[in-house]
Order: sequence, then structure tokens, then C-alpha cells
Amino acid sequence: MNLPVILFWFYGIVLIAAALAVVLVRNPVHAALFLVLSFFSAAALWLLLYAEFLALTLVLVYVGAVMVLFLFVVMMLDINLDRLRQGFWRNLPLALAVGVLMAAEMVTLLLRNVTGGGGPAPGPDYSNTRALGEVIYTDYVFPFEVAAVILLVAIVAAIALTLRTRKETKYQDPAEQLSARPGDRLRIVKMAPETTITREAPKGEGAE
Amino acid sequence: MTIPLEHYLVLGALLFAISVVGIFMNRKNLIVLLMAIELMLLAVNMNFVAFAHALGDLGGQVFVFFILTVAAAESAIGLAILVALFRNLSSIHVDDLGRLKG
Repeated sequence: MNLPVILFWFYGIVLIAAALAVVLVRNPVHAALFLVLSFFSAAALWLLLYAEFLALTLVLVYVGAVMVLFLFVVMMLDINLDRLRQGFWRNLPLALAVGVLMAAEMVTLLLRNVTGGGGPAPGPDYSNTRALGEVIYTDYVFPFEVAAVILLVAIVAAIALTLRTRKETKYQDPAEQLSARPGDRLRIVKMAPETTITREAPKGEGAE
Repeated sequence: MTIPLEHYLVLGALLFAISVVGIFMNRKNLIVLLMAIELMLLAVNMNFVAFAHALGDLGGQVFVFFILTVAAAESAIGLAILVALFRNLSSIHVDDLGRLKG
């Protein structure tokens, strides 16, 4: 038992336990925090597989962005937990049957048919980030740009779904501004020229 | 002694089965359903990274990169839909969401 094996078992057990807690725990906030723990353990496992860039991306993107988003939403919503948990344990027999069957099938298949070493450890001057970048920007440059478009679509969709326009909001309508003509804004009034009006001096206090 | 490939694959399989159990158990709670989907994607990513290492092919890691992108987009849109639903219905109970049933 050397250090990587010990680390693999430690993080693997933490990952499984955290995943179980995510699906079984009562409070969604706790579930989100356990999901953070399972992402951290998975990132550590990926480090053992020499995928440093992906491990850091997982921590940054998931723990830093997606899970914070989850926590915001969970804390913003006022959820009636009792109603959501109704019949929770009633689903247990079916869930356990399906889950155990699925796990057993996959595990027996994998253990019987897949054997392989862990692959060679890369050399000391190997940079995972550099290697990934060289592949992404040459062979996979089109999928990479499609991924950027997908993210843009996600931004627009998320904002469009949650944007709420208020009635009293003042806004500019550029089309209306551009189509405005002088005739709409300026009105020339024809009128007779003014004449001077001579006022008679008042009789009372003004007379001296 | 390095860790064999099948250890990682079995770990991914167990993770996937756990998230399937989670989907069965939390049928009423939309938020935990989304979290279980994230766990499923994590299990798939685990397999990809393990194979990329075992076969010495970086394509697997690139694919994980794209899966992470799509998963982030999916959870952002899913949560936005959740917020919009909660504004309209004041509930995220799955049984309340049958309005399209006609």
C-alpha cells in the first residue's frame, strides 16, 4: 500500500458517502454542501489520474460557480420541506432494487472484461494544461467554439427566463428615436403679429 | 503499484447507481433531482478521465471539458426555469407541475 492507493481508497469512500448523503439528506442546503464535498473528492481522484487541469476546472467551475448558483436558488426559494419529503421512504424498495441491480450489472461486467494497468505516469516536465491546450486548439477547435456558443446561449436563456420587467420602468426605444422627424417634434404656429396694448393708468393711487 | 483502471470504472458505476437511486427517492423535489443529474455527469466524467489516463489518449479529457461546459449550461438554465416556476406557482413540488397535461 503506497500513498496513491491509500489516497484512492480514502477519496473514493468519501465520494461514495457524500453522494449517498446528497440523495438522502433532508435539507436541500445540506445536499448542496455534500455535493460540493463529492466534487472535491472527485477532483482529488482526477489528480491521481494526472488530469490536473480538469481537476482544477472542476473545483473552479463547479464548486465556485455552479454550486454557488445552487445554494443561491435553494436559499432563495421558500420550500415546504414536509410536503416534498412525503412518501420519501416509500420509494426505497424500488429505488434500492433498481440501484443495486444496476450497480451489480455494471460491476460484474467491468470486473470480468476490463483489465488494465493504470497507464504510465507522465514525466516530470509534463504539463497537462499545455498538452490539453495543444489538442483543444488544433484538433478540437470547432467543438471548442461550439462550446462557447452553447455558453452564450445559456447566458441569454438564463437571463431571459428570469428577467422580470417592471411596469414603471423607463426605457429608450431606439427605433422610435431614429424614426422621429422634425415635423413630430416642432410645431409652427401661424398667428397674427402682436400689437402693443396701451393700458390706461389706474385712477386711484397712481394719480398724483 | 498503480491503481488499476477497473477501480475507477467501478467507482463511476457506483456513483451512477447512487444518483439513479436519488432520482427514484427524490421524485418530488426538483432541486435534488437536478443535483442527482450533476452526480450522474460526474460519474460519466470519472470514466472518461480514467480511460484517458489508461489509454494515454487526451481525447477523453477534452471530452470531459465539453461535458463540463454543457453541464454548467444545463444547470444554469434548469435553475432559471426553477426560479421562474417558483415565481408563478410558489412551489417546486413535481406534482404541481402538471399544467401542460391539458
